[in-house]
Formats: sequence, structure tokens, C-alpha cells
Amino acid sequence: MSAAPLLSVSDLRVGFATEAGVVQAVDGVSFDLRPGEVVAIVGESGSGKSVTAQTIIGLTRANNARIEGSVKLNGEELTEAGDAEMRRLRGEQVAMIFQDPMTSFNPVYRLGNQIVEAIRAHRPDTSKQEGRERVIELFEAVGITNAEQRVDDYPHEFSGGMRQRAMIAMALALEPEVLIADEPTTALDVTIQAQILDLLEQLNRERNLATILITHDLGVVAEVADRVLVMYGGKVVEEGTLDEIFYDPQHPYTWGLLGSLTRIDRPRPHRLPQIAGSPPSLLDLPDGCPFRPRCPHEFSKCTEYPGLESRGGEAPDHRDRCWLTPEQKREKRTVEGQIGLEAPGEVRQA
Amino acid sequence: MNDAAATGAPLLEVTDLVKHFPIKRGILIDREVDQVRAVDGVSFKVERGETLGLVGESGSGKSTACRAVLQLIKPTSGSVKFEGREISGLGRRQMRPLRREMQMIFQDPYASLNPRKRVGQIVGDPLKRQGVASGSELRRQVQELLERVGLSSEHYNRFPHEFSGGQRQRIGIARALSLKPKLVICDEPVSALDVSIQAQIVNLLDDLQDEFGLAYLFVAHDIGVVRHISDRIAVMNNGEIVEQGSADQVCEHPKDDYTKKLLAAVPIPDPRESRERVRSK
Repeated sequence: MSAAPLLSVSDLRVGFATEAGVVQAVDGVSFDLRPGEVVAIVGESGSGKSVTAQTIIGLTRANNARIEGSVKLNGEELTEAGDAEMRRLRGEQVAMIFQDPMTSFNPVYRLGNQIVEAIRAHRPDTSKQEGRERVIELFEAVGITNAEQRVDDYPHEFSGGMRQRAMIAMALALEPEVLIADEPTTALDVTIQAQILDLLEQLNRERNLATILITHDLGVVAEVADRVLVMYGGKVVEEGTLDEIFYDPQHPYTWGLLGSLTRIDRPRPHRLPQIAGSPPSLLDLPDGCPFRPRCPHEFSKCTEYPGLESRGGEAPDHRDRCWLTPEQKREKRTVEGQIGLEAPGEVRQA
Repeated sequence: MNDAAATGAPLLEVTDLVKHFPIKRGILIDREVDQVRAVDGVSFKVERGETLGLVGESGSGKSTACRAVLQLIKPTSGSVKFEGREISGLGRRQMRPLRREMQMIFQDPYASLNPRKRVGQIVGDPLKRQGVASGSELRRQVQELLERVGLSSEHYNRFPHEFSGGQRQRIGIARALSLKPKLVICDEPVSALDVSIQAQIVNLLDDLQDEFGLAYLFVAHDIGVVRHISDRIAVMNNGEIVEQGSADQVCEHPKDDYTKKLLAAVPIPDPRESRERVRSK
């Protein structure tokens, strides 16, 4: 994929002033998104993945927020765009879907009317009838059967999976180029999750939609992503193509995530490999590498935080933040024949 | 060894368990117009020291089945035998001594701990209520439990909000284990936790099982986790068990169509393999 990037995020930093101090939720995130591409941002709670997504679409503009760096969409700087301009771009160029489709719709309005309202806010000369027809079309496109009747339903009359389809329909209403999906399948059953992932994949293919997928689930990532950013403590600790992250991971945190996955297609291990301790508090990050207190491979150099660099040389776009040499990594990441994080001596509790 | 153990009765034997919820209409006179068949004739056994995994999607009836087993809701019909003794239909008072033997761990570590009580009170409450320990002996036992589940005895006087999700789940586990039960029902114990913490809790449950000879009824929608921890698995759909067998057999050679569909939908965290698969349908 060599097309010019649609969305370009560089050195994005988002801090929130709180009573307890400044929480640096996002600390220097950079990536490009091209048409038809799916970039997955993976991390645990507090890693900064959702704040990154919300900042791109201008949802973190609070009085206590400090946003630095640049987000360029088709060459236009979004961090400096005014509120009215942001409102226009939201929906028309970038749309977002959320984890919980029940709280994303107003329960007292019919679904169809809510989507028509969104369309008419951007295209005032659309009549209600035209809007309604557009919604029926969209419902059909996202696989809602009986679309003509279902536009008049209320959100509670839809099942979880159908509600998520309706939210995707709303996101697509103004034909945006970029879709941000924040944990879109986390609240869904696996069989429904599979259907929604198929739908997202189909939209990428047919509409050349570029997608930022925020998730904690590496299984979902493996199914749909092209490139992956792994975030920890507000920073990207590793980025690369899907295959690089899964088959040649460089950062011990990535090893740990991959190692602790349960796989139904493999014989089960006696013990599930685990990462000791818990994710750090952003108010009290350790010096140097934030993963250091949980990392069994920590050494003297780790008190200094490494930059995000390619250390192998063969793949310049596969970068990580770990001081170990590529040879050391290859040796240390293999635990019982598979990629994983070696068990530490003692589980350290924060 | 009591009589039941001697005669070889399973620890828990559930036969034809049914729980229907009435759907009522009408203002002054409630008419029952229909029923939700949440659990519709479910049978399974849990042996001592064994883990039975119960998987299914939302609405399959797995949580209702658990609650009916514990008599937290009254089953419509069917039998629940604990150590050979019928407990279905027992009243609150009659159930009380049995509560020592069967405990529950809940999904949401935020909602299942009283925010106004200190950890020591939360974990010690079952011991106190059942009259097992009091005073300094109670404190000693609670501190021992906290250390056993990977917390520190200094956490005794802290409040739940001072802990992370994983640590709270450890508090819930300490509370469930305080009475040294024989059976622990775990209702989605790891699904609210971060990935790196899930494995810690699963391993902790594994260790505790070995140490205390616990039997688990482990309910979850994540088939990977259920398969890891279970000896046997029962798959629920629409209030019924559609397939039951050893964990490896159910996952590797599923017989039922619904089980096959469920397994096919589980994402495989391996890009090369997932490219070759058809997910839905």
C-alpha cells in the first residue's frame, strides 16, 4: 500500500490536568492511515488507546486537556480546526463507533429518525423522506433484514448485534473516509462478533474505508488488521505489520500478550503464561520503560526510556521500544517452544 | 468422609433443572400470558475436585442455571443434589449451613464488593456470620487468606476503591474461599479484567483448586478460557445443554451443530490461520 496517507498522526500528546497532577494519557503517538487500510491499536485499560482515537475526532477538547502534536486529515490540521469545522468533519470525513451501542443511541427516539437527524444536520436540503430512504438503504447495506419496518423501531427493540449494525449504518450515512471503531465487538457474543467483523471487512473492501480499530483482543486483531500499534502506559511500545507483530514480536510486553492468549486450536499448556503485576498508573509511571517493573528481562539500561526505533534493520517500519538486541530478543522470547514472556521469580503486586 | 462421599455420590448432581419466568400482562389482575424458558431441563454432574465449564452466549441460561443451583432463585422443577442430598426447594434457613460448602465468585469486581466496607470486613463477613471465627482469630484467618490469593495482609484495612480490577477479583476469591467450600461457582470471573490480568486469575484459581481440593462450576462465554481451566465442558443454548464431554473432546471434535458454529466464530490469534478460515455462517 503506497497511496498517500489519508490520516497522519504525528507525535500526538494528550495530557489532562487533575487534582492529583497531570495525567499524560497519550505520549508521542505517530502513525499513518491509508485508504482501505485497517490499523489496530492494541492495549489494556489506561494504555491511551481510546484517548488517541477520541482526540483524532476532537472529543477530548476539555478545559483541562492539553493536546500537542499534529493530526492531519487529507492535509488539514485537525488539532487546530474550530469546533464548527470539527462538527462538519465528524460524520462527513471521520466517523466513530463505540463499544456499547445501547448507550450510543437515544432510547426515546426511533432509530431511523436519529440517523435522519444526523444526515439532515450535515445536508439541510435533504427531505425527511429522502433521509428515510437513505437509512433503509444503509440498513440493507449493513445486513439489517426487514429494513423498511425496522427503521421505525426503537433502540431497545434491536438485539445487541443489530444495534451495532445500526450504529455502523449511522457512521456510514455521510460516507466518511475514515472509521474509528472503539472496541466494536467487545460487548457482543462470539457468533455476532464474527458477523460484525465480516461486515467491517466487507466495508473496507467495497468502500475503500480506512479503519482505526481500538481493541484489547489480539484474536480480533489477527482477523482484520493490516498494521498494529501496541500501546502501554500512553506510548506506542511496538508497531509493525500484522505478521511482524505476531511472528516476529520485539517488545517483551507484546510477547506477554501473545503468550497469555488461550487457543482452542492448540493443545492447552499446563499453566497459562501470565504477565506479573498490573498496568501502571499514569500518575505514577516508573522512570524509564514503564513495563520495567513487570519485565523479567529488565537490565541496567532500562531506567532510560528507549526511542521507538527499528533495531533489526531488515524492516524499517517495524519499530519498538526495548533496549535488548535483536539476537537477545529472539532468544528470550521463546518459552517452551512458543512466543511468550518468561515467568518471573515472584508475582509483584503494585 | 461423610456418607455421601462413601457411597460415591457426585458432589453436585443436577437433574432436569427447569427455570421458567412468567410473562405477565394486565393491570389489576396479572394474567400469565407466556413463559421465558430460561433453563429448560438441564442435567449435569460435578465431581469432587473437578472443573465443569459451562459455555454459551448471552441469554443461553447459564447464569440462571447457576443461580438456581445455589437456590438464589427457586427452580421451577427438577432436582439439585449436593453430596447426595436434595437441596432444591430448601428454605433460606435450611440452606444456611450448606452455604459454607458452596460459594460464588461474580463477574464484576466493582459491583460485587460493598464500597463502604473495608477489605477485612468483606472477607471476614462469611466467617463471622457462620460463627467460624471472631476477634483476633478472625483477623488472623482473613490476613492469611489475603496472602494466599496474592494480596498483602496490610490490605486488611483498605477500601475496595483502592484496588485495581484484578486485585478486587482476588478479594472476591478470598471471600468465597473463607469458609473452605467444596464447590465454587464462578460466573464469568475474568471477563471484566484486562488480558494480562486474566491469566493471573485463571492460574490463581488453578492453584487454589489443587491446594483446597475445590470443585468449580466455571461459567464463561470465552471458550478459550473455559477450555483451559475445565476438565469437562457443557455447552448451553436456549436453556438446554446441547453437548457435554471432556474439554478437549468438545473443542477438538464437536458433535453438535451449535457447538461447531460457536467454535468456528472464536477468533484465532494467528493471522496465517485466520486468513484461511470462514468466520460466520
